[in-house]
Amino acid sequence: MKDVELKMIERAKALLESGEVARVVGWKKGDFCFDPSPAVFETVEELKDFVYDYFCGANLSKYLIQVSKKEGKTAVFLKPCDTYSFNQLVKEYRIKRENVYVIAVECLGKLDIEKIKGNGIVGVTGVEVVGKDVNVTSAYGNATLYKPDVVLTKCATCTKTHVAKDEEIILHEREAKDVNRFEEVEKLEAMTADERFAFWREQLSKCIRCNACRNVCPACSCLKCVFDNPASGIAAKANDDQFEEQLFHVIRAFHVSGRCTDCGECSRVCPQNIPLHLLNRKFIKDIDGLYGEYQAGEESEGKTPLTSFTEGDSEVNDVVYGEAK
Amino acid sequence: MQEVTTEKKEFTPNIVAFCCNWCSYAGADLAGSSRLTYPANVKIIRVPCSCRVNPTFILKAFQQGADGVILCGCHPGDCHYVTGNYYTRRRMALLFNFLDYMGIEKERTRVEWVSAAEGARFSAVMNDFVETVTKLGENKRLTDLRVKEGE
Ligand code: SF4
Ligand code: SF4
Repeated sequence: MKDVELKMIERAKALLESGEVARVVGWKKGDFCFDPSPAVFETVEELKDFVYDYFCGANLSKYLIQVSKKEGKTAVFLKPCDTYSFNQLVKEYRIKRENVYVIAVECLGKLDIEKIKGNGIVGVTGVEVVGKDVNVTSAYGNATLYKPDVVLTKCATCTKTHVAKDEEIILHEREAKDVNRFEEVEKLEAMTADERFAFWREQLSKCIRCNACRNVCPACSCLKCVFDNPASGIAAKANDDQFEEQLFHVIRAFHVSGRCTDCGECSRVCPQNIPLHLLNRKFIKDIDGLYGEYQAGEESEGKTPLTSFTEGDSEVNDVVYGEAK
Repeated sequence: MQEVTTEKKEFTPNIVAFCCNWCSYAGADLAGSSRLTYPANVKIIRVPCSCRVNPTFILKAFQQGADGVILCGCHPGDCHYVTGNYYTRRRMALLFNFLDYMGIEKERTRVEWVSAAEGARFSAVMNDFVETVTKLGENKRLTDLRVKEGE
């Protein structure tokens, strides 16, 4: 991954120096090796903090809504899953395609620091990935972990490839995966209504309404969100409304249905580890089953399943688990 | 010790019916003027089109204590606004399936197409729906979705 990073810095430098772009959106070093954060680089000097490693899981596409409105062109590094969010945002007229220069970068699956810590490793000072081995160095010694066990949940089932790019930086081939991303959804579907309710109540009662899932979501790009309370005086603070409080997750899942690209950011950022992707994947699975396979963000124009219909759609009462009777 | 006598009351579910102004609402009217009955616990809310029903209306009805929610509109192809009910059909198919996934049984939600001329059908649909929901019993689920037992 170091070679990819060097190549990226080299390209960012060239683009900035030539004046082709006014800024580059990428990731910069954090306080620890495992917390790089999204950043905008406007000069070559700033690039000294640029990083691209196994902890760059953040999806940069949503930042473009703001950043690409500035004067001049913006270059951005997008991983395969991020390009879907990017296309979806272009489709929804949130980003002007011609204002952005997309550099598709390889992704071999990003690591989840929480999962690494879950193995009892604290004080992580560095990681090195060799094949399926993750060699972790920490203040208390070294350990080797099995990579599939410690990748981000969204990466475990990802088979996406870049769908938007002006150029690409891909130095290593990714291994083909044979996975069913709906496995967990199917497990839930097989339970009784009581069990499902118990499962969701257990999960959703952990929510602290930090709104992180909404704020990170590229599909949640409304200027004025139903969950904002302008009267509170605190930006992005939750409403004190019982209805909204109890049904936040259901409402949000419905709002992004047909537009959610399954980028997995919501589950990644949730501090309470709520498997939010299982909500969105249910909608995705049902849409696939009822109205034909549809992947949001695959195209940057056209209609979504919920803004179109056919006369022969199945009747509501006949629909069971996404397949018509 | 004080003796407590509680009369066991029969459970009557709270049913909310969203009815389109151009068809099923008139169908309910026709049922009435034809002296056909439907249970008094069906609370009808008149909407300009089945498509006007925002999914949050359904959620709100459940959250406010409905035991079942039914949505009635014009038969596909007969929408007063030409295509409204086709969108309704997709939306509700996904929403009701999703609610079922959260643990709100599928039988508690329903979409029926009832025209203005179908007074008898309106009454039959409502009777059948109320019977189904009565069998399922009380629904407290959406209000409790984020409250764990014992808390
Ligand atoms: S709901 Fe989650 S998975 Fe879907 S687009 Fe938003 S952040 Fe990504
Ligand atoms: S990120 Fe998690 S805890 Fe925060 S509001 Fe979303 S679901 Fe709740």
